[in-house]
Amino acid sequence: MSDTLVLLDHATDGSLRAPVRELVTIARDLPGAVRGVWVADGAEPSPATIAELGVLGVTHVHRLVADGDLHVAAALAAGLATLLAETGAHLVLAVSTFENKEAAGHLAVASGAAVVTDVDSVVWSDERLVAGKTVFAGTWTTSTAVRTPLAVITVKPNSVPVTDAPEPVTPQVGDHAVALDAGVGRVRLVERTEQPASDRPDLTSAHVVVVGGRGTEGDFSSVEELADVLGGAVGATRVATDEGWIGHEAQIGQTGVTISPRLYIGAGVSGAVHHRGGMQASGTIVAVNSDPDAPIFEIADFGVVGDLRTVLPQAAAELRRLKG
Amino acid sequence: MRWKVAAVRRTEPFAPASVADGNVPGVRIVVCVKHVPDIQSDRSLGATCRTVRDGGDGTLNELDENALEAALSLVEAAGEGEVVVLTVGPDDAVDAVRKGLQMGADEAVHVVDDAIAGSDAIGTARVLAAAIRHLGGADLVVTGMAGLDGLTSVVPSALAALLDVPALPLAAELVLDGSTVRVTRHLDRVTEVLEADLPALVSVTDQANEPRYPNFKGIMAARKKPVTTLALADLGLDADQVGEAGARTEVLEAAPRPVREDRVLVHDTGDAGVRLAAYLVENQLV
Ligand SMILES: Cc1cc2nc3c(=O)[nH]c(=O)nc-3n(C[C@H](O)[C@H](O)[C@H](O)COP(=O)(O)OP(=O)(O)OC[C@H]3O[C@@H](n4cnc5c(N)ncnc54)[C@H](O)[C@@H]3O)c2cc1C
Ligand SMILES: Nc1ncnc2c1ncn2[C@@H]1O[C@H](COP(=O)(O)O)[C@@H](O)[C@H]1O
Repeated sequence: MSDTLVLLDHATDGSLRAPVRELVTIARDLPGAVRGVWVADGAEPSPATIAELGVLGVTHVHRLVADGDLHVAAALAAGLATLLAETGAHLVLAVSTFENKEAAGHLAVASGAAVVTDVDSVVWSDERLVAGKTVFAGTWTTSTAVRTPLAVITVKPNSVPVTDAPEPVTPQVGDHAVALDAGVGRVRLVERTEQPASDRPDLTSAHVVVVGGRGTEGDFSSVEELADVLGGAVGATRVATDEGWIGHEAQIGQTGVTISPRLYIGAGVSGAVHHRGGMQASGTIVAVNSDPDAPIFEIADFGVVGDLRTVLPQAAAELRRLKG
Repeated sequence: MRWKVAAVRRTEPFAPASVADGNVPGVRIVVCVKHVPDIQSDRSLGATCRTVRDGGDGTLNELDENALEAALSLVEAAGEGEVVVLTVGPDDAVDAVRKGLQMGADEAVHVVDDAIAGSDAIGTARVLAAAIRHLGGADLVVTGMAGLDGLTSVVPSALAALLDVPALPLAAELVLDGSTVRVTRHLDRVTEVLEADLPALVSVTDQANEPRYPNFKGIMAARKKPVTTLALADLGLDADQVGEAGARTEVLEAAPRPVREDRVLVHDTGDAGVRLAAYLVENQLV
């Protein structure tokens, strides 16, 4: 088997998105070298980022340069197809985001690659790639083998612990011009607005997420306080985002963000199946709900039947006390 | 919202349906809908690692109701046009397109063939693309954001690539302005506005609209509307291009996840916050 291309998702300041480190960790255990793909979208990898990629074991950083917008999925797919051909790599690993899954669909058609999305493991077994994933709101686990020579696989954040390569390397950085055909140019990116980074960790990759639902009645202060003590991110149910209590990007669930943090805490969240679809694969699930019959207790490792307005501040105060 | 579709007519390889230059009868929209196991039911994977679809718990994928709503309201706003609802799936899947007719679609198409069973997302997209071509094309293809069974969200972009039309996925807002379709989408940390000329494919999110319920009139009218059934041979597809034979992936194993053990439920008597903190510390979660 040949090399793996890892899509190096990054922020506008050029810092790597956290789950990319997991992708590299996974790719290192597959046969072949790990090559990074950097979409040159204005943000450049700093020397520190290149050095970090070297510590993780990335041998090459391929800068994709196009005379069109590589944020359009079809364009990104065209770039990845070019790189697959130029490097002889057989696998693209990308973080499971809607944008990357879109690109995967285009790439599959352009290159004949198999697509597996939202996986939590990828191994080389019996001479083929095998990916693990949970389905049906985290109630089933499956393993899926790739039957084609090329594959594109998207990996959920928080799937594996990040480790460094046994020996650091110095990545070679090189440019690759992507020729976008007229077809790709038919999608016009009229506007793209990135939200400013928050002080809290990224929802998708945070190790701890505290989620507020309708039970907060719009007051997220105790949710935020607990999240901050735990160094976690703040999420919400669709009810809370629909009510405008918090931005839509905080919505956890089947039609929002899928998360699998080490610790999920739901406060005033009933645990509707649409919500569970986006969080049931979390490591430890804690629920605070005043209704003992709330469905979330069926999946909670630690449940508190109580009022979030007293339980959350008390927990936060106690954690601060214990931390000293 | 004004329509002028003839101006953007493409011929190869994907012809929009509205023909007759200067005399456009309105826009033809194909909505792709999937029949999925009800997410409130106990969903499972069978012995062959395929989703059990014959449990009688099948339903129109909720998110495809948003796709139907988007298409119907576009045609209503324009005062003319046509909505065709299309599904690929086993016998029961016809219920999904019937629901589409009840909501107000004009025509329904159901592609059913034993050889389709076991298709992966790309296989499904192939059948959908062939069916849309067979139907004479469309000005706009509308899909849901995801099938609530597999949640892959790969079909829409693969379908657009196969039809060679621009893809505008995850529309939270959708506007047709003349022959231009414009969508606003909210991604993780990013909001984008994308635009393309027809013909194009759009997938819509559940933010896009509030789907209508079929009313009595709609249900009665649906009885008289045509449902066309097509097989692979009608579409010129070979059995080995789709289904399990054509699938690029193979599910090797599937098992229900063990139920969480050692669950603790505490009733607050004044110290539950302290106990919660202690639990987190004991389990090294802080
Ligand atoms: C197609 C579709 C897609 C959807 N996608 C999503 C999705 O992605 N994500 C999502 O979250 N939802 C989604 N939903 C909505 C989902 O079905 C539920 O309606 C929603 O998750 C419920 O949110 P909630 O738990 O905040 O509210 P509720 O279900 O109203 O629950 C509120 C809970 O708070 C408790 N409570 C009240 N006061 C207190 C208090 N003082 N202290 C403690 N507990 C209290 C109550 O006992 C109750 O259990 C979707 C729905 C549809 C139809
Ligand atoms: N078998 C199918 N028949 C018709 N439409 C489908 C089918 N599978 C997927 N789709 C469409 O593609 C969208 C995304 O599905 P998926 O990629 O499976 O998550 C759905 O919301 C449907 O609009």
